[in-house]
Amino acid sequence: MILESLSYLPKSKEANESLAKHFTDLAPALNARQAAIESSRCLYCYDAPCTRICPSEIDVASFIRNIHDENINGAAAGILKQNILGGSCSRVCPTEILCEDACVRNHDAEGQPVKIGLLQRYAIDNMQFEQHPFQRAAPTGKKIAVVGAGPAGLSCAHRLAMLGNDVVIYEAKEKSGGLNEYGIAKYKLTDNFAQKEVEFLLQIGGITIKHGQTLGGNVQLKDLHAQYDAVFLGLGLGASKQLGLTGEDAPGLLAAVDYIAALRQSDDLSKLPVPARAIVIGAGNTAIDMAVQIQRLGAEEVTLVYRRGFEAMSATEHEQHIAKENQVRMRTWAQPQQVLLDDTGRVRGMRFEKTAEVNGRLSGTGETFEIAADAIFKAIGQSMDETSISDPLAKTLKRDGDKIHVDDQFRTVLPRIYAGGDCVAPGQDLTVQAVQHGKLAAHAIHADINGMKEAA
Amino acid sequence: MADLSIEFCGIKSINPFWLASAPPTDKAYNVVRAFEAGWGGVVWKTLGEDPAAVNVSSRYSAHYGKNREVLGFNNIELITDRSLAINLQEITQVKKDWPDRVIIVSLMLPCEEKLWAEIMPLVEATGADGIELNFGCPHGMPERGMGAAVGQVPEYVEMVTRWCKTHCKLPVIVKLTPNITDVRAPARAAKAGGADAVSLINTINSITHLDLDQMVAFPIVGGASTHGGYCGSAVKPIALNMVAEIARDPQTAGLPISGIGGIGNWRDAAEFMALGAGCVQVCTAAMLHGFRIVEEMKDGLSRWMDQKGYQRISDFQGKAVPNTTDWKYLDMNYKVIAQINQDDCIKCGRCYVACEDTSHQSINQLIDAATGVRTYEVNKEECVGCNLCEITCPVQGCITMVPQDTGKPYMNWTQDPRNPRAENKVVETV
Repeated sequence: MILESLSYLPKSKEANESLAKHFTDLAPALNARQAAIESSRCLYCYDAPCTRICPSEIDVASFIRNIHDENINGAAAGILKQNILGGSCSRVCPTEILCEDACVRNHDAEGQPVKIGLLQRYAIDNMQFEQHPFQRAAPTGKKIAVVGAGPAGLSCAHRLAMLGNDVVIYEAKEKSGGLNEYGIAKYKLTDNFAQKEVEFLLQIGGITIKHGQTLGGNVQLKDLHAQYDAVFLGLGLGASKQLGLTGEDAPGLLAAVDYIAALRQSDDLSKLPVPARAIVIGAGNTAIDMAVQIQRLGAEEVTLVYRRGFEAMSATEHEQHIAKENQVRMRTWAQPQQVLLDDTGRVRGMRFEKTAEVNGRLSGTGETFEIAADAIFKAIGQSMDETSISDPLAKTLKRDGDKIHVDDQFRTVLPRIYAGGDCVAPGQDLTVQAVQHGKLAAHAIHADINGMKEAA
Repeated sequence: MADLSIEFCGIKSINPFWLASAPPTDKAYNVVRAFEAGWGGVVWKTLGEDPAAVNVSSRYSAHYGKNREVLGFNNIELITDRSLAINLQEITQVKKDWPDRVIIVSLMLPCEEKLWAEIMPLVEATGADGIELNFGCPHGMPERGMGAAVGQVPEYVEMVTRWCKTHCKLPVIVKLTPNITDVRAPARAAKAGGADAVSLINTINSITHLDLDQMVAFPIVGGASTHGGYCGSAVKPIALNMVAEIARDPQTAGLPISGIGGIGNWRDAAEFMALGAGCVQVCTAAMLHGFRIVEEMKDGLSRWMDQKGYQRISDFQGKAVPNTTDWKYLDMNYKVIAQINQDDCIKCGRCYVACEDTSHQSINQLIDAATGVRTYEVNKEECVGCNLCEITCPVQGCITMVPQDTGKPYMNWTQDPRNPRAENKVVETV
């Protein structure tokens, strides 16, 4: 059990049924009437800024016009053509900094962007195809290994299959979906959506997924490279960054992603350990997801601590707002200094040092304070799981920092090995970005191994 | 406050807002509610000979806008389906109870003088203020030789109008159909027959939309449909033109006009009046929103008149008629150019694609190399002043059409040297 380090904590007082009610859709779906009204607000811009900013190049104006004209399948096909994970992206995309930020109706004089994310969800939720909307091209006879069944890998596999190639996906975990299955807040992807989306995607055919296959463990890159015509690495960032403090391994302190994964996989929320007082360290969307979810599970005092100010948070304003709405206390300009342990060696709180920016550099002021807590969740970012690229061939991959270096066609420095998603340098830790990487990499792979010019 | 009272072909009304002959004026109950709401008058739903007409079930359909707002309305209802006696009795009572309100009785009968002669004393006995001849109903009744079937033949219009003037002492208003090539012909015929006024437009032949599963138009009556009469906001432009045509026709100039067609607010009403209408009739807007709309219509018109310094409706009635002319008298030397207010521009690109694809390629799209921000600018050399960009722009007032000083005098097409048939060609002097 991954939450062993919290096993001594009490469980929620509420029953599973009532806890589950705290994890229903954060942004409920539009009904038909709402979709009609909202789609009528779209101005059908030319060279539309929403489309220009979409990392997966969805023609937003076109799919919204299709919704308005009651051509839901047309709308869905338009979305999926560019982004086969358009359903989960519509739920998890930070639209407030992407399409909806760019929407011309977000202009000062109006300030009410079209609800593009919810309209996209409406199209995908209400599409009714008798068969998978995309057909496979004539078989190429080529076979590609995709490592990782997250958004990048799934997107790459689907596009490769569509282009006529066969694909085998190697996935370490029991389920496919990557962060959609294990990492996103429960109230953002409800009703087992990640699995339904994978099932839909696989309908295209030609894709096999092997679970329990860990790169650097029971699977080696050199073997895949030898067996397949090409390899795509959609590894994600499997390791949680460390605080670098004594007591990091103490009971009561763990990575937020581990708790969230357990929460997402739990079929009985009342069995999860819930601290009465929790500290979340970090300021990304994972930190917010963690803080809000533990609060909803029954924690009485949740404090999110960040070493800089609100404006520097990578969590969007929208996310910060969700945290505030859920009574999460946010403490800025403070950094962890010491994990405080009780007599038995369990977490009892944390000492922080106040911070300030001096000449553009963050430094401690020397002033400290303590926050009592029964658990500490660190959400200070993810990094490459080095064991996954530890075989002799993988070690020769060029790196940009800890990420894998790729060119503009998602080629690594090794021939016939490609990479995309969060594990490569241009990654923005966005699902939609990973989908785009996978899609573009698929075109590059297809063109390279089938000896074609660059795909149009 | 401005005085909204009018006198229309001898009929005094406390305001110019009447309800048109239609379902809202079908019976005393509705009409009383309308008077309570403040309407100046009603044209009672058309009376005919007994036995009364019989209506089908499923009668209306609509043409919707982007957000289900009703742009146009279509109906296949016939004239009153209640007996003549009941209608006459109710009219008498309502007029007695509401002496300061106008009641006009709409009539439709076969083209036999005897029938018209017989009904007139009955109508006069109600105390009604006038009659309106329904020569416009485009659905159902024309199949029986009435309504638009009469209105489309100027000779019939003149003939029946004359019968009515012969047998009736009340003012006679002739209601015209728009389902005709040139509306001036029946208007002239009505005047020749002695009409005191015309009212227009009646509804336009229409099919609003179809059920593509059942392959039948709306409204559906037992699996089939028939064309109806179109009204509501969408017909206003057609009605305004027809009113203007009659107002500026020398042969009918001065003939009182009751304006009808898509009037839903004070501004619509003011526009009809500016093109010559002496009063207006409303139906669809009331059917969609109830009689209460007259409150805002009266208030809006009155405030606008105050602002403009018009004390009574006659102060601005017909004021736009002299400015409505034939194309050939427009100034060929007049020039406007689009101007985009960059502060208001939301960068939707609609003006650009509209002009680029379908007009004169007069808007440039500039892309900032660093930010990718789009800016749209008018190419003044190419702009012909067509107004398309201003029309498609979603931000009111962002694009304006700015008159240019060409330094050239008024010159119309009859004077234009480029016109091979110019009657009054001017010789350009350098």
